[in-house]
Amino acid sequence: MIKTLKSFILYELLRGMILTFKYIFKKKVTINYPHEKGPLSPRFRGEHALRRYPNGEERCIACKLCEAVCPAQAITIESETRDDGTRRTTRYDIDMVKCIYCGLCQESCPVDAIVEGPNFEFSTETREELLYNKEKLLENGDKWEYEIAQNIKTDSPYR
Amino acid sequence: MKEIEINSTTLNFGPQHPAAHGVLRLIVELDGEVVERAEPHIGLLHRGTEKLIEYKTYLQAVPYFDRLDYVSPMCQEHAFALATEKLLKIDVPLRAKFIRVIFSEITRILNHLLNVPAYAADIGAVTPFLWCFEEREKLLEYHEAVSGARFHSAYFRPGGVHQDMPNGMEEKLYNHFNTFPKFIDDLEELLTNNRILRQRSVDIGILSKDEAIEWGCTGPVLRSTGIPWDLRRSQPYDSYDKVEFDVPVGKKGDCFDRYLVRIEEMRQSVKIIKQCLDQIQPGDIAIDDNKITPPKRKDMKKSMESLIHHFKLFTEGYRVPAGETYFPVEAPKGEFGVYLVSDGSNKPYRCKIRAPGFAHLQALNHLSKGHMMADIAAILGSLDIVFGEVDR
Repeated sequence: MIKTLKSFILYELLRGMILTFKYIFKKKVTINYPHEKGPLSPRFRGEHALRRYPNGEERCIACKLCEAVCPAQAITIESETRDDGTRRTTRYDIDMVKCIYCGLCQESCPVDAIVEGPNFEFSTETREELLYNKEKLLENGDKWEYEIAQNIKTDSPYR
Repeated sequence: MKEIEINSTTLNFGPQHPAAHGVLRLIVELDGEVVERAEPHIGLLHRGTEKLIEYKTYLQAVPYFDRLDYVSPMCQEHAFALATEKLLKIDVPLRAKFIRVIFSEITRILNHLLNVPAYAADIGAVTPFLWCFEEREKLLEYHEAVSGARFHSAYFRPGGVHQDMPNGMEEKLYNHFNTFPKFIDDLEELLTNNRILRQRSVDIGILSKDEAIEWGCTGPVLRSTGIPWDLRRSQPYDSYDKVEFDVPVGKKGDCFDRYLVRIEEMRQSVKIIKQCLDQIQPGDIAIDDNKITPPKRKDMKKSMESLIHHFKLFTEGYRVPAGETYFPVEAPKGEFGVYLVSDGSNKPYRCKIRAPGFAHLQALNHLSKGHMMADIAAILGSLDIVFGEVDR
């Protein structure tokens, strides 16, 4: 009897509707995206950057560990000895289309030169723009140095 | 009167159909609106993962596992890590085991939080989809906090986990999972007794016990038929033997039972996570053998030996003794196994992946025979198929 009555007055549907109605008054969870962003941890693996030492010298010593470890083979490095006897890259390309953002390059880098920074907004209109060369990567490094340095500092006890 | 024979209609379902859950192409033979035959055509997402892994070192192979079933990434890394550890004959520290179990269970909740509302959306309920995505977002933040990526985490490594959980993570998880069951209650309030959901799922796609075994079904699909088979219970790996949980089983093996089993599994996962958080102790998160796990950064900068280990590990990788092994884990979708053959070199000789979705998709023809065309979407949703792992 009660079952029939409940079925007739759409009991369970009404309960569901009351619940959804209650949710109207809950705190809003949506964020106004381009102006507000969700939280990111210091470990976030986003767009790559090549870092420099505070004196302006590039960190990368062309040991090619990142090139060797990259599972997608997205990194290409060429190097030669500079006039002052140090070993530096002459070419450092990352194919951001191939890259799978696994973070093995930054893990393998012994001098913290290549890092995956906190930037995730680097979409482009053409595919060619995603073939990063050394200039672009160093430029990223200069642009994001503060955030990257902060993140590495926060995360250093765990690395 | 002249008799006219009408042939059945053949229809293409997918690969762009939103209810096809990815790139499934289904050739459906219909008699009116009744399904006579449903033949899945797969391979549209084939990437050759198994072959690619043969050319990668064991460390480089880890990210490939995230991309199989991209809804439950960490569980699959788990299978690979455990298989490799079995070949290496190593045992990981206790803390790493607990971290792995915690994140495997978070992944399980993540998977079910996608599957349950997607299934509900297939048969007409949209609200749960939006609610569950909010909850998923919160859980993905934990994924991101430990590994640096929301989905493709590459966090479980052979020998342990990549990095320790950040400070305060335990309390955060504990607080979150104290309130989470309330959300499952809300979800159930909306769905379980709803007459539309019941009419669309009760007695649809019934699978009997014997059929489920014959078709090679595992996970919630097998348990919904009433067989209490759970690899976490029958052959516990990592620290599953240190936690208590129930294995929910269904009675009839229809779509509704599969839905109920998944809901209950979420509650059990919360229980497991809480027990792990109670038992977890500070300690090492990877084995203390620099022949397999890279040395700490601090050591690498100071000691020559560590630096050599670091270079060796990231170029050549480690050599795994010759042998073969099969290691299954209870992934959210069923038994996910890795069959690994090593020839003693630094790369796997063969890596066969046993994906649960592949077996479930085979049963689709059997399940949908005699049902209406619209029920195919319901059956497909309840089987929980993701094409990353079916096509590999």
